[in-house]
Amino acid sequence: MTESPITRVARATPEPVSRRVRGLSDRAIAWIFVAPTIFLLLAINIFPLIWTIRLSFTNYRANRLNREVEWVGLRNYERILTDDGIWMNMQATAHFLFWTIVLQVLIGFTLAWLINRKFRGNDLITTIIVLPMMLSPAVVGNFWTFLYQPQIGLVNYVVEFFTGIPANSFSMLGSVTLAPWAIVIVDTWMWTPFVMLICLAGLRSIPDYIYEAAEIDRASKWRQFWTITVPMVLPFLMLAVLFRGIENFKMFDLVVQLTGGGPGNTTLLASIDLKREAFEKWRTGYSSAYAIILFVTVFGLASIYVKALNKVKER
Amino acid sequence: MTDFVTGLLRFRRGPWELVASILIALGVIMLMQPFALWAYTYSFIVTLTGTVMFIVVSHFPE
Repeated sequence: MTESPITRVARATPEPVSRRVRGLSDRAIAWIFVAPTIFLLLAINIFPLIWTIRLSFTNYRANRLNREVEWVGLRNYERILTDDGIWMNMQATAHFLFWTIVLQVLIGFTLAWLINRKFRGNDLITTIIVLPMMLSPAVVGNFWTFLYQPQIGLVNYVVEFFTGIPANSFSMLGSVTLAPWAIVIVDTWMWTPFVMLICLAGLRSIPDYIYEAAEIDRASKWRQFWTITVPMVLPFLMLAVLFRGIENFKMFDLVVQLTGGGPGNTTLLASIDLKREAFEKWRTGYSSAYAIILFVTVFGLASIYVKALNKVKER
Repeated sequence: MTDFVTGLLRFRRGPWELVASILIALGVIMLMQPFALWAYTYSFIVTLTGTVMFIVVSHFPE
């Protein structure tokens, strides 16, 4: 009779080790396996969070280590929450967040719905659509700055072709009205495939027999779409919105590469401003308070979103 | 409406979570709206209250 792999592993375990392990309960063994993860989580996530909260009540500056650290209470929070400039940055972040999510969901879902139909070259087209999200944000930012170039950029010539507006008469990245839209377009171009893939997974999880039953009941295509497709893809769509929402709230690299926060401060997102306060102006205590405000906002939003997601899944 | 108030008085999770969610959403809107600076100023305290409340009330019975 052949031995099972478990018996072979047990036999191969050295006697001193097996004697020691034999004395441990299942609970103790479980703790041994979980302990490294818990330790890492505490060291990398929880401790820095608590430390940041502590620093947010001080005037600590990371570039002046010998300076005495003073407890300033809520002064950092007060200064941030009465600052016109930061208020403008929050509005720029809201504009970026709202429009990227709306466009990515609409275009991503439409693409997924089209790709889900069986046709020749389906796999090739899916691969081509997914390509942008495989690129590095720094690379994407760099080549879109060339595409947006008023003299040689392709985008201006396309706009001229369709609207007749001279290509060199406007600059997407240099105009205060166009720059916020320019970053929305690039992020949408890069991350719509991600939303499309999640929607595609949702669409492919719908069994065919539901549509067949609807056909038998003489439900129109339009009704099938609203009563079968949309409700069954909704949890997937909400998950995509959660991922993109959190990701775009802390968007940094792409926008820094494209506009660096300019012109003026029109595309200065909260995360870019936070980085400047923390690592260019070295106001560590102040930037810790800024980070805590952003953290509480994202955490609160994620909490209600996860609750809504669970409710949709229960239906 | 009566059910909602009864749920609040009996410390049930559903209505209290709804109140916390409304506070969080209100706080985020206040943080990012372009109309009033005072709303921006008080946004963090509203969001923080909602978030802490959400964590606490999610342990209430159904």
